[in-house]
Amino acid sequence: MYIYDQVDQRLVDERVAQFRDQTRRFLDGKLSEDEFRALRLRNGLYIQRYAPMLRIAIPYGLLSSRQLRKLAQITRRYDRGYGHFSTRQNLQLNWPRLAEVPEILAELATVQMHAIQTSGNCIRNVTTDHFAGVAPDEIVDSFVWCEIIRQWSTFHPEFSYLPRKFKIGVNGSAADRAATFVHDIGLHALKNEAGEIGFRVIVGGGLGRTPILGQVIREFLPWPHLLTYLEAILRVYNRYGRRDNIWKARIKILVKERGADKFREEVEAEWARCKDSPATLTEEDVRRVEARFTRPRYESLAPVQALGGPGFESWKRRNVHGHKVPGYAAVTLSLKKTGVPPGDVTSEQMEAIADLADRYSFGELRVSHEQNLILADVREADLPALWRQARELGLATPNIGLLTNIIACPGGDFCALANAKSIPVAEAIQQRFDDLDYLHDIGELDLNISGCMNACGHHHVGHIGILGVDKNGEEWYQVEIGGNQGQTRTGTGAALGKVIGPSFARADVPQVIEQLIACYLERRDSEAERFVDVVHRIGIEPFKESVYGNAHQRAAGRSRERALA
Amino acid sequence: MATLIKERRVVHESAPSPDARVIRLEPGDDPASVAGELDRATRVEVNFPKFGDGRGFSIARLLRGHYGYKGELRAVGQITRDHLYFMERMGFDAFELREGEDANEALAAFTTFSVFYQRA
Repeated sequence: MYIYDQVDQRLVDERVAQFRDQTRRFLDGKLSEDEFRALRLRNGLYIQRYAPMLRIAIPYGLLSSRQLRKLAQITRRYDRGYGHFSTRQNLQLNWPRLAEVPEILAELATVQMHAIQTSGNCIRNVTTDHFAGVAPDEIVDSFVWCEIIRQWSTFHPEFSYLPRKFKIGVNGSAADRAATFVHDIGLHALKNEAGEIGFRVIVGGGLGRTPILGQVIREFLPWPHLLTYLEAILRVYNRYGRRDNIWKARIKILVKERGADKFREEVEAEWARCKDSPATLTEEDVRRVEARFTRPRYESLAPVQALGGPGFESWKRRNVHGHKVPGYAAVTLSLKKTGVPPGDVTSEQMEAIADLADRYSFGELRVSHEQNLILADVREADLPALWRQARELGLATPNIGLLTNIIACPGGDFCALANAKSIPVAEAIQQRFDDLDYLHDIGELDLNISGCMNACGHHHVGHIGILGVDKNGEEWYQVEIGGNQGQTRTGTGAALGKVIGPSFARADVPQVIEQLIACYLERRDSEAERFVDVVHRIGIEPFKESVYGNAHQRAAGRSRERALA
Repeated sequence: MATLIKERRVVHESAPSPDARVIRLEPGDDPASVAGELDRATRVEVNFPKFGDGRGFSIARLLRGHYGYKGELRAVGQITRDHLYFMERMGFDAFELREGEDANEALAAFTTFSVFYQRA
C-alpha cells in the first residue's frame, strides 16, 4: 500500500477546501452551471440521469481494508448502501447529494483518498495489472511507476485543460493485463539485454466511437526519461489535438491524422527540448516512492496443494492465480454473480471483504479493470477457508475468465449517455449460461457490454462485444466478435472486434450468444483453442452464418405461426 | 475595464505608451514565430478565448522554458480565478480577468495549494 507523506496529504486536504468553496459559490448562484461543470468534473462529479454520480479514485486499483471500510461507511451514509467498481478500477456512487459531496471528499481525505481527476479533460487515474507486485511473470512492480506518474500528473499545471480526457495504462509483466494498446498512452515495462529497465511506449489507442489500437512510437525508453517523454507527448497533444469537435479530440485522432511516423517525429523534436530537464528521474526519486509502499511480510512457506470438494476445485481453477512467492496465491473475489449488476458491491459486503483482506491478505486488495476484487497475497493453506467465507458472501462464483465474468457499464439504468440498458442484458446472458460445467467447457471468453458508443464496457475488446444502440427510440444490440484486450497469453494479441451484422432485440441476445458458442464449439481444434483464437483463425463468416441463418429460419418460422394462427 | 492583476496585486494600468511593443499570441500560434522579437518586447500577451482551451499553458511553458523569455507574460481572455494558480506555475505574472470576476476572491486563488509535485 502506498502511504501518503505530508505533501500528498496536504494536496488532498487543500483540494477538499477548494471544492467546498466552489460548491458554495455554485449553490449561492455565483458560478454558472457551465463553469461549475468544468470544476466539478475535475472532482469526479457528474450530473446523471436521476442524481449526481461521484467517481472516487482508486489509484492503480490498490486499496487497503481501512479504505474499503470507509467506502462502506460513505456508501451507507451518503448513498444507498452500495457502490459500483468501474473498468478504470475506480468506485462510483450513483446517489450522492450535490451539497454533501464536499463532506464525502473530506471523509475520503481522512483515509488518503480523493476524487481528483477522475473525470474532465485531464490526465485520469493511471491503471495497471491487478497482479502487479505478485505476478510470476513480473518484470517490474508497476505500482511504483504508476505512483510516479500519479504524482507527476496530479494538478499538472500545463496539462489540466487538454483537448479531451487522457488515460495512461502501465503494464509491468510479460503478459499484457493492462490493455495497453487501447489507452491514450500504454507503457509496457521491458528489460533490455544489458538488464536495464525501460518502457515500450504505445500511443493513440482507444475505444469509444472510433476504436483504434495504439502504435508503438518507441520500442525502449530508458526509465529515467519516463516523465520527460510523457511531457513531450502531452505537449504535442495539448498544442495540436483537435478542440473543434469533441468526437475527434482524443489523441488517437491526432496520431491517426498525422500518421504514427510524423507524430513520433514531433514528439522526438519536443523531447529533444525537455530531455534531461529537472523532471528526469533519478534512482533516488524511484527509491523515495518505493519506500512509501508497505510490503507484505511473507513467511517462507512450502507450496501446498489445498484440497476441498468439487466446488472448491472449480473455484480454484478459475479464481486462484499464481504468485511469485512460494506458498502464496492471488485470489479473485467475483463481483459477477448472476442477478447482481457487474461490479456492484453493498456496504455490508465491503465490510466483510475488508475483514477477509485483514484475515487472509495483509489488509490489502486490488480492483481489477474487469470489475472484480483481488486478494493478492493469500497463503495457499488458507484457500479452503477463504473459499467458504467468500461463498457465503456471494463472492465465489467460479467464473473468472469465463463467459459470465461480464464487463458491463452501468448503462441506461443509471447513465444519462446510454442508448440502452446493459445490466439486464448481462443478467439474461448469465442466466442462460448458468450451467457451470458447460461454462467451463466453453473455456476462456471475455464478454463485454456497453450501453452506448462511448464504450465504457469495453465491448470492442471483448471476445464477444455487445453494444446498445438506439433505433427510433427502441433499444437494440449490435454484436461484435474477435476483440481482445491484449496479449494475456500465447495466441491472439490486442484486437478490435468486428460487427457480425444487423442488431438484435434485447430478448434475442442470449440466443445469439448461444449460437456463436455452438459455432465455436464445432470449430475449435482442441479445448485449448479459445473462442477468440477460432475467430481469428477462421474469420467471422461462419459465425455470421450460424446466427443470421438461424435468424432467417426463425423469422420464417414466426410468419408460419402467424399464418397458422 | 477588466481587472488587471500583476505580481499578485490589483493594478490600474495607464494608457499604453505609443512605443510599447506588445506581442499577442493566439492559442494556435507557434511561439517560434516571435522568438526573434522577444528581447525587445514590452510584454507578451497570450489569449485564452475559451475557459477550457489549455493551449496557452504550453505556449507559456515554451516561452519561459525554451525561449528564455524573462519579461511580462500576461494571460488575457476568459481568465477566471480558477485558472490563476496553474497559470502562475507556468510562468504568467500578469492576468487580465474577464468581466465580472471578483478581484479579491481571485487573489485568494494563488494560495489554494501550498505544495505541488512537478519539478519542471
